[in-house]
Amino acid sequence: MKTTYREALRAALRDALARDPRVFLMGEDVGRYGGCYAVSRGLLDEFGPERIRDTPLSESAFVGAGIGAALGGMRPIVEIMTVNFSLLALDQLVNNAATLLHMSGGQLAVPLVVRMTTGAGRQLAAQHSHSLEGWFAHVPGLRIVAPATLEDARGMLWTALEDPDPVLIFEHNGLYAMEGELDEDAGPVDIDRAQVRRAGGDVSLVTYGGTLPKTLAAAEQLAGQGVEAEVLDLRTLRPLDEAAIFASVARTHRAVVVDEGWRSGSLSAEIAARIQERAFFELDAPVQRVCTEEVPIPYPRHLEEAALPQVADVVEAARRALGAR
Amino acid sequence: MSEFRMPSLGADMDYGTVIEWRVAEGDRVRRGDVVLLVDTEKAEIEVEIWEDGVVEHIQVPAGQKVPVGTVLATLRPEAAQAGAAMPAAPAPPAPPPRIEKGPEPARAVLPAPAPVSAPQEPGRRVHATPLARRIAAELGVELASVVGTGIEGAIQAEDVRRAASARGAPPRETPAVSAAPEERPSTPQAERRAAVRRRIAEAMERSKREIPHYYLQTEVDVGRALAWLEAENLKRPVTERLLLAPLLLKAVARGVTAAPELNGHWVGGAFRPGAGVHVGVVISLRGGGLLIPTLRDVDRKGVGELMGELRDLTQRARQGRLRGADVSEATISVTNLGDTGVETVFGIIYPPQVAIVGFGRVTERPWAEDGLLGVRPALTVTLSADHRASDGQAGARLLAELTRVLRDPERA
Repeated sequence: MKTTYREALRAALRDALARDPRVFLMGEDVGRYGGCYAVSRGLLDEFGPERIRDTPLSESAFVGAGIGAALGGMRPIVEIMTVNFSLLALDQLVNNAATLLHMSGGQLAVPLVVRMTTGAGRQLAAQHSHSLEGWFAHVPGLRIVAPATLEDARGMLWTALEDPDPVLIFEHNGLYAMEGELDEDAGPVDIDRAQVRRAGGDVSLVTYGGTLPKTLAAAEQLAGQGVEAEVLDLRTLRPLDEAAIFASVARTHRAVVVDEGWRSGSLSAEIAARIQERAFFELDAPVQRVCTEEVPIPYPRHLEEAALPQVADVVEAARRALGAR
Repeated sequence: MSEFRMPSLGADMDYGTVIEWRVAEGDRVRRGDVVLLVDTEKAEIEVEIWEDGVVEHIQVPAGQKVPVGTVLATLRPEAAQAGAAMPAAPAPPAPPPRIEKGPEPARAVLPAPAPVSAPQEPGRRVHATPLARRIAAELGVELASVVGTGIEGAIQAEDVRRAASARGAPPRETPAVSAAPEERPSTPQAERRAAVRRRIAEAMERSKREIPHYYLQTEVDVGRALAWLEAENLKRPVTERLLLAPLLLKAVARGVTAAPELNGHWVGGAFRPGAGVHVGVVISLRGGGLLIPTLRDVDRKGVGELMGELRDLTQRARQGRLRGADVSEATISVTNLGDTGVETVFGIIYPPQVAIVGFGRVTERPWAEDGLLGVRPALTVTLSADHRASDGQAGARLLAELTRVLRDPERA
């Protein structure tokens, strides 16, 4: 079945709403407007205003309401329009959703799912182009996932809803229009394990989300130069599937981490650190990183492109890791 | 207690044979004393020690061949002896060697302390990846002998494996080359000549295999230089008279300051500029073969001083009596075939250096200058340089500055 990432997300929402009456979707413009990225288009007509709820422009309020609903036995899906606006809900997410199980001595789980768009690349300028999933991956008590394929767009939501604890799903804005084949009977997928998207023995390219397609393209270019790169899609950013990372490094002995976040204090830094902590003696080159330039994301297209990780950057980093080969 | 180790007396030295100890256990030594005669396969070299102290225990007796970095002797500080438990005993029997615990005095400072010998720069920590180190340990490969091709010239696993397989192969290959001379009853001199030949072959083979040479040539009118030498020599006693050679060396050193990218080493895929200008002087040996001892800090020495050092160095090289300091790593080399009548010589770079300057014979040539034709003493100067480290522009700068110095020798 030919479909898009956007349609796969919508199919996942429809499936969840149909399966479980406790599931409902709320967020800014998710109802009548059909969602800022049109993910929920048509769902209001299909499921009605009780289950597809437009909210006021107050992230703190509606994320808090979602936490309350989850505590009350519902299975809320809260859509925050983009990660940029999630900053207004940080207190709810970090101080409440992530901690209540602990603060209540194990009595109050928060089975909340929050979806949000992340990433740059669409000329939306510095305030609407953040990649802050690494921040959320810093917080114990949250599970962070980043679907980068049609299967994961279709399958991660239901598994996230079944998780008794809060799960944040980051959808990169550059992926919504991605087209491809998806099985008719595609369904839930795990949200624990990283996956090798391309096997290779020369260098591991570790990435997730919006940079997965770029990384796969880089691997293709490298193959043309006689270098077989393995592309590991992290899928789940917290908790990290360390075993998969170390296993890949043990195969290739070289790692490049590709992350659209800024380099300093980033998820890429965490991955590089863990590789050297736990797989040091497998390394045949220093871990390389491809990250976004440490600037507010520029508006002009050429500057935005220059700031973000690109295919050529990944190829270059891989070649650096390979030394003179 | 400190350790005196087999020094690296050249980038291509992996082993040295102790020929003769010039000190005995219990002897007091001072920094700069010659303590040992070492055969490097190229030459017998008198090795100095770079620390004051008392020789405690000689661990490698004469006749033994050991890898660079092997502890040859232990040294204890003089103070420790003075304060040792034998205050009045006039001639106490040498105490048995013992391991002293407690704070270790400063380690012996030697030209090449750790077992750092070949491709990587001496004195620099060997950069090898964790995997490369692991595999080197498994295969028993000395990392210092491996050329790194990894990031920033680091040794990576593949380099170690390559070195290991190369090490496995040669014993089967080399006999073809060396068997013939060795079958005959050979004298030590003949053996040394054969070893020198092998070393030259290895270095030159590696140079032509790895180094993309570019070549430049220029003619210099040395009339003023010769006139200056003549005037200068009138002021000097006969034993201190100058030849053209030290002036040429000086000119090379000045040329190098105008083109620093020609002074240093190409190591592990990157250029490392030399600290100071140390010129390797190609000296041919009477029995065939050649040596390239080093004149240090040529840029900071006067022509007269260079003359003395050059004379001394040539003499000792030809007697096979070079010292450790003479064979320290040069940053550029000079070859001069002028006295053989050759007009032009293009040298082959001695790796890991990146340039060699060649001088031919001074001959009178027709010379056009300022629209007039005259006859001048002219010298052909050539430069062979490593195109990985520099471009022709840099080479041209070196030759231009060198020419300026030879045409205005007072400023040399």
